[in-house]
Amino acid sequence: MNLSTLLLIILAGSAVAYFIGYTRSQQIAKPIGGVRHLATLPTYYASMMTLWALIPALLLVFFWSVLDGAIIDSLVKSSLPQEAKRLSEENLGLIMSQVSNVASGIGSIDVLGQEYAPAVERLVSLTAISQRAMPLLAFCVLVLGALMGFRAVRATNNARYTVEKIFNVAIFVCSSIAIFTTFGIVFSVLFESIHFFQKVPFFDFLLGTHWSPQIAIRADQAGASGSFGVIPLIVGTLLISMIALSIAVPVGLMSAIYLSEYATSKTRSIVKPMLEILAGVPTVVYGFFAALTVAPAIRHYGDQLRVWGADNDITWLANLAVSSESALATGMVMGVMIIPFVSSLSDDVINAVPQSLRDGSYALGATQSETIKKVVFPAALPGIVGGVLLAASRAIGETMIVVMAAGLAANLTVNPLEAVTTVTVQIVTLLVGDQEFDSAKTLAAFALGLFLFVITLALNVIALKVVKKYREQYD
Amino acid sequence: MTNSTNTEASQAITQLFEDRTLLAKKRAVARKRRNRSEQRFRWAGRLSIAFGIACVLFLFTDIISKGIGAFTQTYVDVEITFNQETLGLSSQSTEQEIKAASFSSFYKKALREKYPEITGRKEKRELYAMFTSDMPLILRNMVVADPSIMGSTQIISMIADDDFDTYYKHSYGRDLDEADKISRLSDMQEGLVDSLAKSGAVKTKFNTILFTNSDSREPELAGIKGAVVGSILTLLVTLALSFPIAVATAIYLEEFAPTNRITDFIEVNINNLAAVPSVIFGLLGLAIFINFFGMPRSVPLLGGFVLTLMTLPTIIISSRAAIKAVPPSIREAALGMGASKVQTVIHHVLPLAMPGMLTGTIIGMSQALGETAPLLMIGMVAFIVDVPTGITDSATVLPVQIFLWSDSPERAFVEKTSAAIMVLLTFLICMNSFAVWLRKRLERRW
Amino acid sequence: MNKAQQSMAEIVKETYQTVGLPLLDDPKIRVRNANVFYADKQAIFDVNLDIGKNQVISMIGPSGCGKSTFLRCLNRMNDTIDICRVEGDLLLEDEDMYDKKIDVVELRARVGMVFQKPNPFPKSIYENVAYGARIHGLTDNKVQLDELVETSLIRCGLWKEVKDRLNEPATGLSGGQQQRLCIARAIAVNPEVILMDEPCSALDPIATATVEELIHELSENFTICIVTHSMQQAARVSQRTAYFHLGKLIEVNDTSQVFTNPEHQLTEAYITGRIG
Repeated sequence: MNLSTLLLIILAGSAVAYFIGYTRSQQIAKPIGGVRHLATLPTYYASMMTLWALIPALLLVFFWSVLDGAIIDSLVKSSLPQEAKRLSEENLGLIMSQVSNVASGIGSIDVLGQEYAPAVERLVSLTAISQRAMPLLAFCVLVLGALMGFRAVRATNNARYTVEKIFNVAIFVCSSIAIFTTFGIVFSVLFESIHFFQKVPFFDFLLGTHWSPQIAIRADQAGASGSFGVIPLIVGTLLISMIALSIAVPVGLMSAIYLSEYATSKTRSIVKPMLEILAGVPTVVYGFFAALTVAPAIRHYGDQLRVWGADNDITWLANLAVSSESALATGMVMGVMIIPFVSSLSDDVINAVPQSLRDGSYALGATQSETIKKVVFPAALPGIVGGVLLAASRAIGETMIVVMAAGLAANLTVNPLEAVTTVTVQIVTLLVGDQEFDSAKTLAAFALGLFLFVITLALNVIALKVVKKYREQYD
Repeated sequence: MTNSTNTEASQAITQLFEDRTLLAKKRAVARKRRNRSEQRFRWAGRLSIAFGIACVLFLFTDIISKGIGAFTQTYVDVEITFNQETLGLSSQSTEQEIKAASFSSFYKKALREKYPEITGRKEKRELYAMFTSDMPLILRNMVVADPSIMGSTQIISMIADDDFDTYYKHSYGRDLDEADKISRLSDMQEGLVDSLAKSGAVKTKFNTILFTNSDSREPELAGIKGAVVGSILTLLVTLALSFPIAVATAIYLEEFAPTNRITDFIEVNINNLAAVPSVIFGLLGLAIFINFFGMPRSVPLLGGFVLTLMTLPTIIISSRAAIKAVPPSIREAALGMGASKVQTVIHHVLPLAMPGMLTGTIIGMSQALGETAPLLMIGMVAFIVDVPTGITDSATVLPVQIFLWSDSPERAFVEKTSAAIMVLLTFLICMNSFAVWLRKRLERRW
Repeated sequence: MNKAQQSMAEIVKETYQTVGLPLLDDPKIRVRNANVFYADKQAIFDVNLDIGKNQVISMIGPSGCGKSTFLRCLNRMNDTIDICRVEGDLLLEDEDMYDKKIDVVELRARVGMVFQKPNPFPKSIYENVAYGARIHGLTDNKVQLDELVETSLIRCGLWKEVKDRLNEPATGLSGGQQQRLCIARAIAVNPEVILMDEPCSALDPIATATVEELIHELSENFTICIVTHSMQQAARVSQRTAYFHLGKLIEVNDTSQVFTNPEHQLTEAYITGRIG
């Protein structure tokens, strides 16, 4: 029985429990003179019974699904032959995955060796037991819970208290998911990063100027550890982000200013949604656009310039080399993507500048542009800086555009016409596809993830502080 | 020296304050410069907006012009006789027998018989390559569906190979320079296309394959059905998890949370999660869900988990705003009637805040629908030919399908990618318009 | 609306004609048949008023009577509100302020304004005062600008208090100082008229006294229109007083006349505190 069906059955069971609870409370109410003699409304009795049935069953399914793999694993391990038990952690994992392959009929037992047959058999039987036992047990728990709930349907028992208490606990648990997520992120990247830094020294990572993780596949070979210097990635990320910001910030800011200070409300109502379309376009679309339209176009014009430069004896133009994965193309498209982000943040910030300051400036005979440039903009500057920082963190963390349009080779360059790679590109390329989880190459992705997380978090915290302080100034 | 300039300056200022005509003159002089600067500034604003709009238009026209071709497919009507001897089948054959028959050699033979003038090995191979490599399979399925066609001659609408299709749709019969021609066909093949077209056998029809097939290595057979179903399943999981959790969190934070450190910590966490790059959520999914909990890779259930965590902050923030917008007088009225806090929230606050919450949810869902990066990390990037039937089947999603296809070198895949993008954008536009409509429709001003 | 107020409203409606002496010979500003609308709602009804040269005129009336709206018409500050529409003739030195050819920037350089809440720019004290001179290109060099700032601050009696901290942010000043700075900022461009919209309502009594004294001194060189809802203030600083009621100009006369012997019964009701 698959998970979806089981969940549906549990839900149906709870619905039945609701119905029974409702009817039961009506029954109880009849002899004592009606529903108003109950401690609370029939719906609360019904809800209570539903919760009694639903929650334990769901918890069981959840924990069973989470834990059964680990439990079966350890049981299977105990039936491995003696020599296998002495193997190192990594090799044991390999054996285990082979065992599970054989069990699911992919490999043949002959490759593994007959001494592993008991383990395979054990795995097959345990899996079968687990798969059959879970729905059965879940159903029992459901019925049992419903019975408990049924017994609690009494005229004197105020079911509302129970229901509301559960409600309170439930919403608190939901709220704490945000905390768990943060912890999950921190632990997942930190844990693997620590593994990584046991293999590669921290300062080699942070200060190294050479990045070529590919060699690390042969980590067991002598002297062939890959180089994991993150500097070229940082430079590449910054280069692309800078190009993006140098387009997004002026355009976003100026359009926000024009829309909020000059445009008529009719123009605004047309133009604003149009610009916001840019924010709704998925990044994979931008990536496609960058890789297949913008980058070839830039390369094409670059080539034309070079030919023209060669014809006219302009040496530096004649030597112009434009990569087909140029940072310029990637950065430009990313800039277009961030325009609405910058624009809406600036719009908020500009509108927070009190009208009285504008009035003061107009009353002295200042023109609109003078008022904006000399009064509104300086007053809004902290907020705008905060917005730019947020945009920068967006640009740094942006993944799909760079994965599709930026290069893979880690060139240490600031030439926007060359191909560079970024932190996010490396994370994706290192992790997509099947990798051994313990190789330095895979772990490097988590170290990069940690790095990215820390940088964007810092940028956000600073930006939010700046913006908050700025808002307080005018509140 | 300083003294004399000071005296001069002081005199100048005194004069300014006394002689207003001098003042007016000075202002008039400055006014010209100021006017120019005002105009420059306005133009800078107009240009920025024009640039933004130009980007939107360019992006859309580029995608549409690239992708529109994928909505038609070239077919060639070819008469094929289901020769009983060659196939060793009759109209009474069982399915088993039909499936065992070699339709491939039958199909090739049929083609060779159609063009007896083609003799060389290379030429023959080029002839077979004119049509999709799945043709034998399609013929076999025809026979399986209706064995009585054995022995008869049927007009088969054969699916043209992507090179044929591209050439026919974009270059054939047009007056193009050699450089602008898009063709990977040989001269012999182009001649064949020409003769087929002249005989009226070549037709372009609406490309239903795009919507009824899943991924394939052959561009002419690749479709988005699997990806669309995968996307829908993933979104359903995301919706089922994120909406209740986000609403519960918003209720807790707005209505029940005491002001203490835990509450502050939750709020800080939500705000920061809203800005964490999506690829990090992929790492989380990989390390926690796959490695730690041992969940299967590539399944919508896992994708839904990851996207839930990613979209939660968005929905929570807008739900909180919606709850905040409900005036306290409503709560006081309910509490004053003797309703419990929970009853007040569920009976009064929640229904009033629901439109805002739904709008936020739809926006979060459209974010999730367009998201790619975290799904790459959790293995939804695999080549999957089957349409997923449940949330625990291997699947891919539409944006990832776009990513996969955009990597393929064939021109036909570029077309397909653009078409898939158009479908994705259509979904997104519908969702966002619905959100806007909902907000307009149900918005209540206090 | 109680009965008394209702009857007042009826009086206004039926017998609307400004009493007293609204018109003058050779005025600075001449207003004829001014009507102001916010979208469809009329805020000012048919106002006729002359404002004399180098005079202080105060405008009083209950809140919402349109006195601030009227004031903002006099340097076209209402232009910044999209839905606001002004009709009638408003002449500054016989030039129509609302003529299409008139440059609103130039008009505002000639008619300055000080607002209810002090609104110094978030810049240094020096930059606040120098702002107008800079944008209008009034000075030729830094020395002249320094001189201009100093003169303006001296004329506002603020120089002694701030001369050592000219480069500190203006927002660090006290409320009264901020308001005087705003006045200094306005007079630094040497306008012909200064409009003041309840300039003391956000200030404490001592600061108010200082500002009132300043207004008195400035009236030698500037025409000043001041909106106030303090009748005492109107009596202290102005030569003429105009009384507005529900968007209509009820009575204009010499200040002493208005306060001691009002002609219109509404004016009397207001100054004796029965409405307001």
